[in-house]
Amino acid sequence: MQFDSFASFLDMGGYAFYVWLSFGASAALILLLIFSTLFSHKNARANIARQVKREQRLQQAQAQANVSESTSQ
Amino acid sequence: MSSLSYRQTFALVLKRDLTIAFRHKDEMLNPLLFFIIVVTLFPLGIGPQANTLAKIAPGIIWVSALLATLLSLDRLFKADHNDGSLEQMLISPQPLFIFTLAKITAHWLLTGLPLILVAPILAALLYLPEQSYSALFLTLLLGTPVLSFMGAIGAALTVGVKKGGVLLSLIVLPLYIPVLIFATSAIDTASLNLPYNGQLAIIAALFFGSLTLAPFAVGAALKVSTN
Amino acid sequence: MWKWLHPYANPEVSYHFAGKLKPWLGLSSALLLTVGLIWALLFAPADYQQGESFRIFYIHVPSAILSMSIYLAMAIAALSSLVWQVRLADASAAALAPIGAVFTAIALLTGAAWGKPMWGTWWVWDARLTSELILLFLYLGVIALHNAFDDKQMAGKAAGILALVGVINLPIIKYSVEWWNTLHQGPTVSKLGAPAMASEMYWPFVLCFFGFALLVGAVACVRFQTEIITRNKMRPWVRNLVTSEVN
Repeated sequence: MQFDSFASFLDMGGYAFYVWLSFGASAALILLLIFSTLFSHKNARANIARQVKREQRLQQAQAQANVSESTSQ
Repeated sequence: MSSLSYRQTFALVLKRDLTIAFRHKDEMLNPLLFFIIVVTLFPLGIGPQANTLAKIAPGIIWVSALLATLLSLDRLFKADHNDGSLEQMLISPQPLFIFTLAKITAHWLLTGLPLILVAPILAALLYLPEQSYSALFLTLLLGTPVLSFMGAIGAALTVGVKKGGVLLSLIVLPLYIPVLIFATSAIDTASLNLPYNGQLAIIAALFFGSLTLAPFAVGAALKVSTN
Repeated sequence: MWKWLHPYANPEVSYHFAGKLKPWLGLSSALLLTVGLIWALLFAPADYQQGESFRIFYIHVPSAILSMSIYLAMAIAALSSLVWQVRLADASAAALAPIGAVFTAIALLTGAAWGKPMWGTWWVWDARLTSELILLFLYLGVIALHNAFDDKQMAGKAAGILALVGVINLPIIKYSVEWWNTLHQGPTVSKLGAPAMASEMYWPFVLCFFGFALLVGAVACVRFQTEIITRNKMRPWVRNLVTSEVN
């Protein structure tokens, strides 16, 4: 352990601002990357699922229309 | 069906591009006017002190030349793409690099060459030392074709994109950095009456490198972006 | 000879392969980073010249190395997509570009935050910092070009060509910037020589580096999966996968 107390750890030998700025900014950027990656993956899946559902509904409606057409004749 | 030799194809495309350009003279003149105006803005922004201006003159002239080239790149393939002649070139039996080489040459003749011709006048406005003029001329002569070649790759990649103008500058400008560095340094060195062969040799290397590689990259890019 | 590679040219196989890979990569990265960063922050000795500010080194250097290797990886993927027509290779190139941009930005930010106490300014037109900045521009160009196309197949190829042009230019740019830097040596710059690293500093650095590298791998796997399903959204296997609600 290089530091005597938690306060001296936070102080970083007087370089607190620069060290914590670097670590904080890096963590923020990496978390942003991870979350945007997961979000866009979910989004892509949801979009395709929605498209599939819409097509299924369309097919069903068409099938029903065909059935009602054939019964009315 | 008579087939054209490479030289004939090259001459044909070059002549066609030049003819079209001369029909739209204003489009041809605009980048040049832009170049002149940007260069005159710098003394107004920085102040008229002769030694300050002389010190930054190479940088100003070269950065303005980059921007002026960039401005004209957008329409390099655009008109041909819109009227379908680009696709004709892509499916023609002649190798694609002949077309791209001819088109890039035409682009340089229409934008690079005029820049070289006005540069001495602008250099005089910026009090460039007299011994630097030959360096300015030589670097522009070797460097502006490199700008055309590299820029053509960007233009080919963005030809299918609707608002490609800003995108084009974003992807092309970083590639221009080596030319800018060596050209301005050659002019600076010349102002100290020192030999600048080294820088010139590197720009020449960039010129020949881009001359041989860029037409192929442009061809590949056109194939991708016109699909 | 290349037979073992063939299954991975199939999008479905590589999708599941990436899916299997990503928890391992993610977990080992989390483990290495936790150990490495705690070691770097708490136990690694302070530099005798730079004091505690040296701890920035443990994120600055790994991200700088990764920013360049990711660009190289992207260019290799682009090359294999263009030359050998490996369709999925440009998907992996597209997946890598934003990750590379983030690590380049981290390298720049930490470099500035390290430079302020050491050099007295946030920014120095130092050769390495300048080429890192230009690398960021190249990444942003690739990303912007990729986003400009609606057709992702086209976007991947176009961005791949740009990445290749960039990788040919990168050594030239790096060399020219270094040369320019020695020419215009700023008066305030006192470059600290690379310190001969003690083993107490070396091991946390290695752990951090591999931790970040594995993180890149894990994120790349997810992005690669996203690219695959958006490109193959008409395929039955993607439709089954998406509607079956199982991740």
